[in-house]
Order: sequence, then C-alpha cells, then structure tokens
Amino acid sequence: MSASLTARIEQHAAAFDVGRVRADFPILKLRVNGKPLVFLDNAASSQMPQPVIDRWVRYQTSQHANIHRAVHYLSETATAEYEAARRKVQAFINAREEREVLFTSGTTEGINLVMHGYGRKFIGAGDEIILTTLEHHSNIVPWQMLAEEKGARLRVVPVNDRGELLLDEYRKLFTSHTRFVAVTHVSNALGTITPVREMIAVAHEHGVPILVDGAQAAPHLEVDVQELDCDFYAFSGHKMCGPTGIGILYGKAAWLEQMQPFKGGGDMILSVTFEKTTYNVIPHKFEAGTPPIAAAITLGAAVDYLQSVGMERIAAHETDLLDYATDQVNRLPGVRIIGTAEQKAAVLSFAVDGVHPHDVGTVLNDDGVAIRTGHHCAQPVMQRFKVAATSRASFAFYNTMEEVDALVAAIRRVQKVFT
Amino acid sequence: MTDSKQLYQEVILDHNRKPRNWGLPPDATHKSEGVNPLCGDHIHLALRLADDTVEAIGFEGDSCAICKASASMMTAAVKGRARADAEQLVQEFRDMAIGTLDPGEPHHLGRLTVFAGVRDLPTRVKCAILPWHTLHAALNAIASTSTESEADPMHAPMGNA
Repeated sequence: MSASLTARIEQHAAAFDVGRVRADFPILKLRVNGKPLVFLDNAASSQMPQPVIDRWVRYQTSQHANIHRAVHYLSETATAEYEAARRKVQAFINAREEREVLFTSGTTEGINLVMHGYGRKFIGAGDEIILTTLEHHSNIVPWQMLAEEKGARLRVVPVNDRGELLLDEYRKLFTSHTRFVAVTHVSNALGTITPVREMIAVAHEHGVPILVDGAQAAPHLEVDVQELDCDFYAFSGHKMCGPTGIGILYGKAAWLEQMQPFKGGGDMILSVTFEKTTYNVIPHKFEAGTPPIAAAITLGAAVDYLQSVGMERIAAHETDLLDYATDQVNRLPGVRIIGTAEQKAAVLSFAVDGVHPHDVGTVLNDDGVAIRTGHHCAQPVMQRFKVAATSRASFAFYNTMEEVDALVAAIRRVQKVFT
Repeated sequence: MTDSKQLYQEVILDHNRKPRNWGLPPDATHKSEGVNPLCGDHIHLALRLADDTVEAIGFEGDSCAICKASASMMTAAVKGRARADAEQLVQEFRDMAIGTLDPGEPHHLGRLTVFAGVRDLPTRVKCAILPWHTLHAALNAIASTSTESEADPMHAPMGNA
C-alpha cells in the first residue's frame, strides 16, 4: 500500500469512529458459520441501525392510523409524520418544493411511474430514448416496453474498457427525434460514477428531459437535485439504511403536473363521479391508495441517521475502503477487477481466474463473508465485459479495513480450494 | 445453511478440474442444451443411443464447479446404461438434491451421493441438477431446457439462484 493511502486512512480513522457507528447496527453482531459476519453486499441492500428500527416500532406502537382521511388524533399524527418524512427527504436531496418528492415502492416503481406518466403521454412512434450500457435492468426494461408499445427506439451510450461512459458518443446520439434520456448515477455492477452533471446539461441543450437512477448514489454521495438540474431522480429506501418497500421519485413540479397518473385509486382524486374524475394535486396525484406509511416515516429516520453521521464523512470512509480493497485485491495473482473507472463508488466487481463466481460466493460464505455473485441485473454490462457473471463486494460506511482483510483472505482460500 | 466444505469435497473438485467425457461425441442421436439464466450456467450435452443403451455421451459448456462436476460424474454414471436406468438415476438425483430422497429406500446413486450436501444450499441446488435436466431433455428429444422454464417437466421452484 502506498504511503499516501496509509496516511490518508489513518487521518480519516482519527476523524471517523467506525466502531461507534457499528455499535448502532445490531445485525453486524451476527456470526455466520461460526465467523463474524462480514457484510459486503450493501449495493443490494444495506442494514438498518437501531434508531431507525426504533422509529418503525414507535410508529406502530403509538402513531399508526391511515393518513389524509380521518379527523381523529391518530390519523392526524400519522399524516403529520408522513408529511414530515417527505420534508426530510426534500431537504436531503435539496428539492425546491416538497410536492416534488413522491413516495414510491422503490427505484423500480419510480422509473416505471415516469415511463407511464411521462413516456406514454409524450413519446410516440419514431421517437428516440437514450440509455447507457451501465443501466440496471430496471432502467432498461420499462423503456423497452414503452418503445415496443409506441414504436419508439432505444439508443445506447457505450462505455470504454474501464467502464466509463463515452461522453462524445453520448453527444452524437442526439437527433431531432430524441425525446428522453435515462441514465444511472452510479453503476451497480461496476461502481462507475457517471458524469451526470454534463449529461444533464447536454440533454437540456437539446430540450430533452432526463431521469437519473440514483439507487446506488443516494446512500453514498451528496445529491443536490437543484444543482444537478435533473428532471427526475429515483432512489430506494432499503439501500440507505431504511426499510424495503419505500422509495423516492423526485420530479420537477412542471413535469409532474403535466404527467398522467400512474395508478388510479383513493387519495389521488379531488372528486369522482361515474362521468368524470378530477385528479388531486401533486404529489398526491401519484400516491394512490394507502401508502407504506410506516416505511415512509422510517425512511425519514434513516435520512436523519445518515445526516447525523454526515454524508461527507460517509463518502470519505467509503472511498478509503474502496481504495484499500482495490490495492489489496490488485495484489492477488489471478484476480481481475472489472470496472476501473477514475470516479467510482465503493463497489468492487472481480473475477477469480478459473473459478465461477457462484463457487467464489459459496466459499466466501463459509468465512462469514457476504458478497453478491451473478449478473447483478445488468446483463448488458456483463456482455460488454464478456463475462457471464462477476463477484461483487460493495461497501457501506459501517464496514472496516479489517473486513477488507477478511475478504482478501477468503479470496485466497477460494484460490487454494480450486487449484 | 451448511458449510460448503461438505460440498466441495475432493471428488467434486477433481471432476471440476478434469471433467470426464468432455466434448460432444460424433454421430450423436440425442442432444440438448441446458441453461440456468439466473447464474449463467450453460451446458451442451450429446449422446448416442443404440439398442436403448447409452453408448457414448459427452458435454461441454461454461458453468460453476458444482454444475461441471455433476455433469462429469453423471456422464460417467450413465455411460453403458440402459435408457430406463438413466432416467431412473435422473429422478433419484433430483430427489436427493432437493432433499426428498428417502434414505431408507434403496437407490442407485453410488458415488453421486457426494452431492447430497447441496440440498442445504438452496441457491446451488439448480447448479447440481442442471446436467440431469439436460440429460432428461435429450432423452426426450427436447432441444433445450432451462431451470426457469415452467414447461420443463423437471421444473421445481426452489428459490432464485
């Protein structure tokens, strides 16, 4: 390890007490196969700290009723807490107005909401939608469904061998038919942080709105939707220490007002007769039915928790983890890192020569090390790098350098077993 | 979940390193292709059936160690056997892998029981079964089979790999 990396890690360790953070996460005390759990599958889903768990319990214990409906105490309390959670998220991503923050079931639903609400209304035959090679299936399949239905066409931004999007190629894809751009902020399979700021500016030069899939970015980077100037930004609660079943779609109010509702039902209407229904104002137009109230309020607590740790400190510690892990894994003969972008979030995809990723994952599990193996719901990325699958370690701010050491030792054991 | 050491025994590791019957036999009468779209395991299997006996059999493809060793040991086990015996082995192996084989009943698995531990690793069951799916498909003139196909007679929902 270089002297400068060692010095940086030591300096950060003095400012960031990872042991104290870990004490907040009861699940990290688990032992798996007799070994301490080393949880390195955070890109799939992160763990929940005690204050966030407590918030869920407090809601169910003393605040639960349906929202936006009754005049009684509990309904008013639940409504106030639900809307307070919306404002917490608004502040977290620096949205201009709280009505621009929609609760969804997760990133996938957020993208589908835009496909249906915007795409089905404004995209037609012969129109073009720009995506990138790095997209998760959830930011490919909805657009493919739309393209099939409308006779529209998908254009795809290629990547170089490091897994970086080619901006010049992106610029060339714009034509008079381009109607929409959908791009990930951070690649879930490779960790690449994409140049979304430039991509948003280019799209706007052409008068085209752009959606950013922030599922992998929101938990790890400071996100400011006004500064980015994106039209839509989707992310999930369960990847940022919150519960499953809740996510956020940010959309500029001007678009959300023009879009058609995604789901019909209660709460999204102002009046209903059998002749005509008048839709509610945003955000309620897009929140039909009883929403996951407990999950939304708990997501608000997760935002509080992340902010109490500090997004800047989270990013700094995760960068240290990634740099240390990259350095250590690079020293292993017969192990190749896939995805070597200049700008990366704490995701380390790798291939062990002669060993299938599923065998890697199974042997690592013996040592209590949890990683993800497979195509990571990003088969176009796998095809680009000519692999069927990879092994992926993904870090969160509660991971430690010692856990990186455990990962490296376990990979060595894999090599021993299979040679 | 069990420790994988029970599964990655020397015999399995050896068949993974040096798979037997690697390569498709010429003048095959039956062949099939097996895929597990969830993990990317992909094998081609071909065999020559004469007088209802498996005269020659071979496979190739790209897969994990469990799948490759299972295919290797399977081909060794069914070569020279009658078709009905091969089909019976398919059934017994599948039952063992999903944990429904009655240990009290006689069976013909022999050394194939090294795969018994896979029943405790639900995400790996399909890796072990895929070659057997593919053999069943080949014997029944089904050109391709998938662990995720509902139409596949061997299909058994067991959680995603």
